[in-house]
Amino acid sequence: MNTYSITLTVNGKTITRTVPARRSLADFLRDDVGLTGTHLGCEHGVCGACTVMLDGDPVRSCILYAVQVDGATITTVEGLSPGGTTLSPVQDAFVECHGLQCGFCTPGMLIAATALLRENAQPTAEEIRTELGGNICRCTGYQQIVESVQYAAAHTGEVKQ
Amino acid sequence: MIADAPVKAHRYIGKKRRPVESRRFVLGRGRFAADVTMPHAHHIAIVSSPHAHARIVSVDVTPALAVDGVLGIIDGATLRGETNPLRQYLDVPGVEWFPLAGDVTRYAGEWVVAIVATERAIAEDAAELVNIVYEPLPAVLDPEAAMDERSPAVHPSHPSNVMYRRTFTWGPVDDDFAQSPHILKARYRWHRNSTVPIETFSVIASWDPSMALLDVWASIQMPQFPEQLAAALDIPLNGVRVHFDVDVGGSYGVKRGIKHAVLAAFASRRFCVPVKFVEDRLENMRGGDMHGPDRIFDIEMAYDDRGVVRSMRMRTIDDEGAYPGRSPLQMGKPVGSIVGAYRIASVQYEAIAVTTNKTGQVAVRGFGQAPTNFAIELSMDRIARAVGIAPVEVRRRNFIQAHEFPYTIPSGTAYDSGNYPTVMTKAEDVADIEALYRWRDAARQEGRAVGIGIASCIEPGGGNAIFEALFNSKNTTTTFPEGCQIKIDRTGAISAQIGVASSGQGHETLVSTVLGEEFGIPPDEIRVIHADSLAGLPSQSPVASRMAIVLGDATVGAARRLKAKMVQIAAHDLGVQADACVWNGTAVQAPDGREVPWAEIVRIALMQYHRLPPGLDPGLQAQFVLEVQGGGVLPAADGTVQMYPCQSFSAHVVAIEIDRGTGQVAFHKYVVAHDCGTVINPDIVRGMVMGGIAHGIGAALYERFVYDESGQLITQTFADYLMPSTHEVPHVEMVEHETPSPMTTMGQKGVGEGGYMSTPAAVVCAINDALAPFGASVSHAPVTPVDLLELVR
Repeated sequence: MNTYSITLTVNGKTITRTVPARRSLADFLRDDVGLTGTHLGCEHGVCGACTVMLDGDPVRSCILYAVQVDGATITTVEGLSPGGTTLSPVQDAFVECHGLQCGFCTPGMLIAATALLRENAQPTAEEIRTELGGNICRCTGYQQIVESVQYAAAHTGEVKQ
Repeated sequence: MIADAPVKAHRYIGKKRRPVESRRFVLGRGRFAADVTMPHAHHIAIVSSPHAHARIVSVDVTPALAVDGVLGIIDGATLRGETNPLRQYLDVPGVEWFPLAGDVTRYAGEWVVAIVATERAIAEDAAELVNIVYEPLPAVLDPEAAMDERSPAVHPSHPSNVMYRRTFTWGPVDDDFAQSPHILKARYRWHRNSTVPIETFSVIASWDPSMALLDVWASIQMPQFPEQLAAALDIPLNGVRVHFDVDVGGSYGVKRGIKHAVLAAFASRRFCVPVKFVEDRLENMRGGDMHGPDRIFDIEMAYDDRGVVRSMRMRTIDDEGAYPGRSPLQMGKPVGSIVGAYRIASVQYEAIAVTTNKTGQVAVRGFGQAPTNFAIELSMDRIARAVGIAPVEVRRRNFIQAHEFPYTIPSGTAYDSGNYPTVMTKAEDVADIEALYRWRDAARQEGRAVGIGIASCIEPGGGNAIFEALFNSKNTTTTFPEGCQIKIDRTGAISAQIGVASSGQGHETLVSTVLGEEFGIPPDEIRVIHADSLAGLPSQSPVASRMAIVLGDATVGAARRLKAKMVQIAAHDLGVQADACVWNGTAVQAPDGREVPWAEIVRIALMQYHRLPPGLDPGLQAQFVLEVQGGGVLPAADGTVQMYPCQSFSAHVVAIEIDRGTGQVAFHKYVVAHDCGTVINPDIVRGMVMGGIAHGIGAALYERFVYDESGQLITQTFADYLMPSTHEVPHVEMVEHETPSPMTTMGQKGVGEGGYMSTPAAVVCAINDALAPFGASVSHAPVTPVDLLELVR
């Protein structure tokens, strides 16, 4: 199995690792970097649980290879909160509006919601539903997720302890 | 049982509170079983059967064993030689279920060989090199065909493919039918779906030979899981330690990976390394034994000119797949709400469990009541149509009335409380049903296929799993306990311990809210931990919408025991009788007004033994193990029994449109009115209802495990087994109603399953209303665009 050295920025930190060609970005983040906040639900690019930001855009880390992101900047759920202890507006909103239950789809949902709000700071409920359609949640029925994104839009700029 | 009067004025119960679990989840710090790592852990990959039914002629693992990184390979013969069969809840001699197939594979996807390697990818490489020779056998896939004695036997050592068959008769059914002017006869088909959590089943097992101890972390939601592990591996129960401090990524019933865990534990013991098995999606969908009920209903209802139903005959055939396990009991729980919300005076109920060459079923949200309610509600609609009254009206004429509680249904369960007509009215009001009808009629004038659906639903909660004994007289278990242990430390801080893992229900929030209420302390200051199975108290696990009811009251019980001890300590310190003192919320008060505050009682109890009442044990800790309320009684000879203690209720009003060009169903309006008694956390209750509705929309319109004629599962990825997304789930308007339960200390009931139990009925009733002008109807779920396109053209 061929291996390659890759250098990339993950949550603001530059790291260099040697990886086999076939290692997915998701496995790389979870097993090689130890960031287990990125979850795997289907490993065929449908459920969206593994969504991370690649140079600012949401992507499925289960259907990308680690070698494809050499030189890129990746943000995972652990990178959404400054220092990993305070809550970003989107994280705070999901807690406030109970936009989660089991927490498994949540990291991907938070990444997708954060990306959405960067593009559209005040989305309508319909726009939120359109943009989050690629992330499956089995627990919530989505309503409190939509409300979370709306709440985040209304409270952006606040960082909660 | 619990001395104090019910809490009346609530400080924390029912108030907005951020669930405590959420913070770790949004920070990406949840700890799921797949996140648990151990040094030297190895990984499992599976070789599955490509045949629905075949004799295994030979297994050659030599090339696979030679792959660098492969530690070992386990085949069925090896595993079966050193483990006991997995548990069957029915009395079915000759039916043996193991994690790996033996001489015969009984469904496509069944696990045949397990590879253990340093990495999952290496194990998968090796799996491709395993050479298995099969001799295909005839398969049986249709449950009714399977009942025919000439059909292929799934388990030839059992007399037939029928695993269970019993007819219950409650009341004068034949007389009631004879005296009724009208009889509805209908057949319904509930196709196979499941809860399909986004997290697949994951387990890591580590056998320590020096301590003869098996440690297991698993994404588990299962009664008697440690017991079944110990039995399968033939080790003492105190040699199994299941760690419940893992977060479970959704379950809704199905996270019961006993075969996964036995396989991983066996591999760990055999190769002396920790072994991890994280199912991939394909293994989960086709071979995880985690499908749900798959039923045919034949219904007869005897009713009068007004649409009032007097009696019902229900026959259900359930396709269990190859290994029945616990799944046939899902025809047992509906016995506890067999008449739904209606005053049906007599019932005949025939339950038939059949094996076929498909992957097994397991407990799915509602434990069988979703399909049963589907059959009842579709029948109500047909009666309304036959009599010429509105769907709401036929339900009103049959509802159990508010003054009739406790109301004992023919099968023996007393419903605790409710006000069904009022809740239905709330749903109609919020939906503005008259305006909806006007919308419908106007749309129909334009030639559009639109319809309005109504459904009601009883949601039993509490998890008195007495259906185990009902379906197997050799099983005399009547104890379905839940325990809570609490402790106050030297600083006065409270911690509580529960003996279960959670899969999104918010049990830490539940227990800390209840303790906050009992002790008058902010719930956020209370720590709740998940004990392991050796340290924890008895638990039946968080099934059957039972935790608010049973864990909630166990928590109250433990708190009140501890408060009694605190009063005893304070009274002794004041030199007065304990029964003369009262707990005023912050201190224990004597009749003369003197007080011993919280901090002082803590100091005495933990640090000043000389001030304790003589003989009293030091410290502030208490346990309470609660038997499910109203339980503890075996079924009578006729099968009547008190099933669950609490009955929640919901009413749904749904308006849909069928696209006449595509057959696609779109929602115009969705309203639910909901009554689960006293609400403990409003956001959690709302989330449970909304999530259940979304799941029910999947069952109504999208989700189905489809097998082709050769027994291959053809919906085995998320690209073809369709889970509802934000595009398919509409905005739902919800209105609450609170009828407290007299069975619980706070009046609380269960809430986890009702949405899934009632939504499929409501949606399909709406579809049938839309189809009525076309002279058509459907009687199955899911109803797909292909089904509808022909009917609305």
